[in-house]
Amino acid sequence: MSSERANATSPVALSVSIPLVRHMGGDARGLTEKVSIRNLDFFYGASRALQGISLPLYANKATAFIGPSGCGKSTLLRILNRMYDLYPNQRATGEVTFDGEDVLSPKQDLNLLRSRIGMVFQKPTPFPMSIYENIAFGVRLYEKLSRNELTSRVESALRRAALWEEVKDKLSANGLSLSGGQQQRLCIARTVAVKPEVILFDEPCSALDPISTAKIEELIDELKRDYTIVIVTHNMQQAARVSDFTAFMYLGSLVEFGPTQTIFTSPSDQRTQDYITGRFG
Amino acid sequence: MATATTTNKLYARRRRRNGLMTVLAYLAALFGVGWLVLILGVLLWEGFNGVSLQVFTEMTPPPGGTGGLLNPIVGSLIMTALAVAIGTPVGILAGTYMAEYGRYARLSSIVRFINDILLSAPSIVIGLFIYEVMVAPLGHFSGLAGAVALAVIVIPVVVRTTEDMLLLVPNALREAAAALGLPRAYIVRRIAYRAARAGIVTGVLLAIARISGETAPLLFTALNNQFWSTDLGAPMASLPAVIFQFALSPYADWQSLAWTGALIITVTVLALSIIARALTASRKTS
Repeated sequence: MSSERANATSPVALSVSIPLVRHMGGDARGLTEKVSIRNLDFFYGASRALQGISLPLYANKATAFIGPSGCGKSTLLRILNRMYDLYPNQRATGEVTFDGEDVLSPKQDLNLLRSRIGMVFQKPTPFPMSIYENIAFGVRLYEKLSRNELTSRVESALRRAALWEEVKDKLSANGLSLSGGQQQRLCIARTVAVKPEVILFDEPCSALDPISTAKIEELIDELKRDYTIVIVTHNMQQAARVSDFTAFMYLGSLVEFGPTQTIFTSPSDQRTQDYITGRFG
Repeated sequence: MATATTTNKLYARRRRRNGLMTVLAYLAALFGVGWLVLILGVLLWEGFNGVSLQVFTEMTPPPGGTGGLLNPIVGSLIMTALAVAIGTPVGILAGTYMAEYGRYARLSSIVRFINDILLSAPSIVIGLFIYEVMVAPLGHFSGLAGAVALAVIVIPVVVRTTEDMLLLVPNALREAAAALGLPRAYIVRRIAYRAARAGIVTGVLLAIARISGETAPLLFTALNNQFWSTDLGAPMASLPAVIFQFALSPYADWQSLAWTGALIITVTVLALSIIARALTASRKTS
């Protein structure tokens, strides 16, 4: 990432139609700001990967981060559940609030935070254990459920992930024995089972075939009703299909944020226009 | 046709060279494996004659008497088991620190460096070290000192394999576990260990294979014992030490027993290596 070039880009152009909601609670159109990102910078060692990012993530909406490779969209996603904390020399400055709570605070309990902000990764990552255990494992950590309650939680999670019918007869089979698309849905089920409030998807379909992709997109649409969704994607059609709001990022900066419809039909920034029409990226 | 001949000339030369190198490679491989086959062959030839029930039921004999290898077999088993019991937890915990908790810490690279030195330290040095810290202060040789000396050999092997196997566990798996809100200790115990289990077990098996033939560290620590003894505070017999003593003796019956002992060790190590190999293979396919 060349910070010189990043500095040269113009300040963020927020599409006029959506004013940033600066307070908790709803605005005129019933939007609630679940997560607010303000003036966020992120550093890998000395190099700055993100600068001055400000945007809202609305409750029960799907927000897509799009942009060319290396623009920082995954980096931004990984800040929201403090995933970067697993590695040394990575730090974020600025403000991220989640239901008014300071996410970046050093006092933040990361395990609790991550149980409330779930994440699904690019590559399916089933744990080396049975399908049942893959889901029950995380649930047991935060809730004391009876055997029956746990079993029904596992079932409902698998149903939510549209995987139940395919695996109901082999819950004790190893999670790794499933196909790639099934594994990814298992990971979604696992995330849903611990009842988070926000689910972060980091290019969840990039390793999957078109049919599995369609299934997962459908799922994301379903999940919106109960969760706040954030999805990083390389695929602009996917962003257009599943998201309500879209943030276009370029060279570590947020170029434009607004309703997906607006971003894809009448973007206000030339770079957004170029990117969505396929002129670069 | 003209181009074909020129290419053919170049090509023919390359082919000749290739043929020559192939033959040399085969010869080198045969030379290397040949010695191994020869060693195993002699071992089987000399050792197999002596194998009988007596070997496993009777004590080491005086020259000219009849007897077996029961006391050194049991001694070896006790000391090896104790060495593994001491060395494995230490090794796994240290390897876990380096791969999981202190992956980016400076201490890890220092520990890794020292561990690598320990890994290749001559075992006689380890024997002398334990002699100085355990045998000399206590005033006598003991099975316990022998086990500790072997444990010192076990530790670096287990540290190394544990670290390597944990590093092979993809970070994506740790991130996925962390994303569910799992605390670090859970991620290590329930996810990383599970994914690396076969590799870590293999490391322990290889460590057992390594120490079951060690003689030098036992000579200064457990010494040897002609009689039945399971007392860890007293000198203890072991197969390598008995082989060393009997093989150098002028008595034909002792020499024969030494061959048999050598065969027993070799077969044990071979079996352990095969199990280790099978475990690694099954890990790769899963």
